[in-house]
Amino acid sequence: MHDYDVFTVESKAEVLDKSREFWNPGKTDFWSETGVDLVIDRRESYFIWDMSGIRLIDVHLNGGTYNLGHRNPEVVEAITTGMRSFDIGNHHFPSSARAALAEALIATAPPGLAKVVYGSGGGEAIDIAIKTARYSTKRRKIVSIIKAYHGHTGLAVATGDDRFSKLFLSDRPEEFIHVPFNDIDAMAAALAPGDAAAVIMETIPATYGFPLPEPGYLEAVKQMCEQHGTLYIADEVQTGLMRTGEMWAITKHGITPDILVTGKGLSGGMYPIAAVLVSEQCAGWLTEDGFAHISSFGGAELGCVAALKTLEICSRPQTRLMCHYIADVIGRGLREIQAAYPDWFVGIRQNGVVMGLEFAHPEGAKYVMRQLYHAGVWAIFSTLDPSVLQYKPGLLMTPELCEELLERTEAGIGRAAVEAKGNRSRSRA
Amino acid sequence: MSTRSRPETTQGPAAAAKPAAAAKPAAPKPGGLPTSSSIYQARQMLQLAHWAAGAFASYDRDSVLRIAEAVAQAAHSNAARYAEWAVRETGFGVVEHKTIKNEACSLGILQRYRDDDLVSPRIDTAAKILALPRPAGVILALAPSTNPVSSVYFKVILALLTRNAVVVSPHPMAKECCADAARLLAATAEQAGAPAGAIQVVDEPTVPLIEALMSDPVTDVIVATGGTAMVRAAHRSGNPALGVGPGNVPVLVDATADLQAAGKMIVESKAFDNSVLCTNESVIVVQEAAAGKLLRELKSHQAVLLDDAARDRLRAYLFPDGRINGEAIGKDAAWIADRAGVRVPARTRVLLAPIDMVADEEPFAHEKLCPVLAVTRAESAEQGIEAARAVVRLGGPGHSAAIHSRDDNVIMRFAAQVPVLRVTVNAGNSLGSSGFSTNLAPSMTLGTGYVGRSSVGENLEPRHLVNWTRVAYNADAAVPFGNFAGVSVWERPAGPVPAYPRASNLPGTQDGRRRAIVAGGAARAWRLRPGARGAPPATMASPARSASSCAR
Repeated sequence: MHDYDVFTVESKAEVLDKSREFWNPGKTDFWSETGVDLVIDRRESYFIWDMSGIRLIDVHLNGGTYNLGHRNPEVVEAITTGMRSFDIGNHHFPSSARAALAEALIATAPPGLAKVVYGSGGGEAIDIAIKTARYSTKRRKIVSIIKAYHGHTGLAVATGDDRFSKLFLSDRPEEFIHVPFNDIDAMAAALAPGDAAAVIMETIPATYGFPLPEPGYLEAVKQMCEQHGTLYIADEVQTGLMRTGEMWAITKHGITPDILVTGKGLSGGMYPIAAVLVSEQCAGWLTEDGFAHISSFGGAELGCVAALKTLEICSRPQTRLMCHYIADVIGRGLREIQAAYPDWFVGIRQNGVVMGLEFAHPEGAKYVMRQLYHAGVWAIFSTLDPSVLQYKPGLLMTPELCEELLERTEAGIGRAAVEAKGNRSRSRA
Repeated sequence: MSTRSRPETTQGPAAAAKPAAAAKPAAPKPGGLPTSSSIYQARQMLQLAHWAAGAFASYDRDSVLRIAEAVAQAAHSNAARYAEWAVRETGFGVVEHKTIKNEACSLGILQRYRDDDLVSPRIDTAAKILALPRPAGVILALAPSTNPVSSVYFKVILALLTRNAVVVSPHPMAKECCADAARLLAATAEQAGAPAGAIQVVDEPTVPLIEALMSDPVTDVIVATGGTAMVRAAHRSGNPALGVGPGNVPVLVDATADLQAAGKMIVESKAFDNSVLCTNESVIVVQEAAAGKLLRELKSHQAVLLDDAARDRLRAYLFPDGRINGEAIGKDAAWIADRAGVRVPARTRVLLAPIDMVADEEPFAHEKLCPVLAVTRAESAEQGIEAARAVVRLGGPGHSAAIHSRDDNVIMRFAAQVPVLRVTVNAGNSLGSSGFSTNLAPSMTLGTGYVGRSSVGENLEPRHLVNWTRVAYNADAAVPFGNFAGVSVWERPAGPVPAYPRASNLPGTQDGRRRAIVAGGAARAWRLRPGARGAPPATMASPARSASSCAR
């Protein structure tokens, strides 16, 4: 029996049954059929344990949510102490915690960003960013890339792949323009009419498998935005908070965005919070009608406490250098593995500890994900390009853990190569 | 030169009094990030040092020497500046003498040890043994208040010569000069190619923080130079520790000594850095027959022999409650005499306090940390050796002693009977036992050995920070030994370590698509070639159904 104090569970089978019955049969069945029968039980550092007791190294990290490890003791301590003074708070009023976090965020941000608007999660934050851009430009159109992913709320979902919008009759093609990634001409054509409020762009599109922006692409997009009076929204939900070896990936391109969105790892994985950083020029609505966007849990004060601590840890010079060491060692280790399986493991997309591993099969990453799971590593395929595995090591990993991760990764990739080849030859037969 | 117990144990914790703030996280406050995380942050320094040590361990000898030379040069160039800063910050010692120590502990140390190759593999064809150096890893270096910057220099350069990473934890009284010096050395080392994070420093040392670092599993070895309490804590920590105890140095002058030379050397040694070194002479034991002339010689070098009344006034001032008066530590003789109400000439270098016997209840027989030297007389050399044994028994077993004599029998008997691990003969002890004016290993850390409850009995030198993996072949002559000449496992780093994380599709970076394998950087020695061992067999369901799921 698993005793979680507030509730108990007899077995993993019971969890799966109840999940099907009361929660989400589609998700539950998907994982069972995929061969990843994971129900996460204990979690600590960069490890998660299935209810069966099997330990996995987590390089999914839910897009950087667990950047600092699961239940990072410093963040836990900050929240535990914070609970003596704070709860979610009353969003109508100024608050010490919200002000402190806003000031800290602006201190880390690219120059020009001046004010912070809070949401309870990344999707809401994207909606806030889009609403802010529309307010500032008095334009409606939002340009994003094909296979973009910015969340599932009302406006955010319309920026992304049809898969998540059409089902809910929430696609809005007349207002949300999608252009191919890394295609400067297509972007130019979309912006040329001068009626776009904003371009929204993940600095490295995560759910699309981390395709890297071609050198100069983002810079050109930003320049075109300036030409046409269009704002640039940097979605740094997955690329921010030191994951590329700098606090915000967009600064590595020398770009000062008009709006920057952060979430996921901002809370240290302990308490949901997201934030939108806006330039003074875009911040007008906060003066005209400060109640124009309301969110009971947006900027929840315990979330602010978690975020302040998380931001402090991410800001440490030691954290930055550890990220560089980890990126260096894992990158070189992966290239060695790649050399052993050149026809299967065909590409590595890497910027810091943001990594996408490309495989020579349209669904190659699903094979690798499953084999890694059996080899003790949890990494997930890219939803919008399942040939690419998202591989996201944490910022605070030790050399020993990196070494173990690479050993297990090589084992999983090798077995997936055999499995995929076997299936290919069977399908030819 | 280990330092004494008293400034560290009596003043250290008081000076370090902010531990509560470190342990208790503050609520977020407007105006910036919370500042409650000093212990976590310090532990993270060790984590980064662990990464740096892994990378450093694969450096070749040329790279190591290039880094050590750059650092020693920078340290030497700033010797006077940090000497002045240390005296200003701590109130201990003499700028001119600290400058000498800083110079000796920078280029001096480098010159002494640069040819001790602790990087390259050693091949012993006759014994059929190949030996590979294995650096300790992460050194936690505690620096004392009395020799602050020279200790930082010394430990950092030893760490660099042996490819170790080092986290310096200065004494709270000397934290600013030590931190600044350590940062200068770190920046210089990195510029010369050392792994980033190989040299770090704790800015705000507190007792709980230092204890946390000492017991942290990432710490590979503690080099503890400090007070007894700190050294004992290092040994208790559960991590390997090279800890050194305090000294209380007797100097025996027998009837055969060159008294003119002895008098000059004792005054100079005692006055050196206002006697804050653990090697400064503490008690003169002079054979009766030589006493008159020795005292005249001492006086001719500005030592003042106090009469009984002045001695008693000085005792009352210096040991108000049986323990040393903190304000006198590291001050000069004239200043101390003035404070004690004893009239002496302004140029006085040493105060000589005659004592009847060496005993626990006589405070002058203990360590004094200032230029006050006890003087006691012995009828014979044998009685003198007994008195010297008593001095060491009061505090300082395993440390050092000095003798001025031309009688080889006496010198040998002295060394056999006084329980110390170094005896300086016919030279001043302060620079003699620390190896700067003798041919002992020049060192700021003097191991006091088993008799002094330490794991090391020698003057600490680079080789103590390295282990060797010995590759031993079958002794049977029929089994051939390998030919390792020209085989190299260490390498020069190709660029900054770690490499800056540039996007992999930028020109000049590794493009996975081209499957390029370039041995960039150096940090791979610690990593085994990945293999599939130990992983479970592949028992797979069929490939995923084509319906995709949400993976974000």
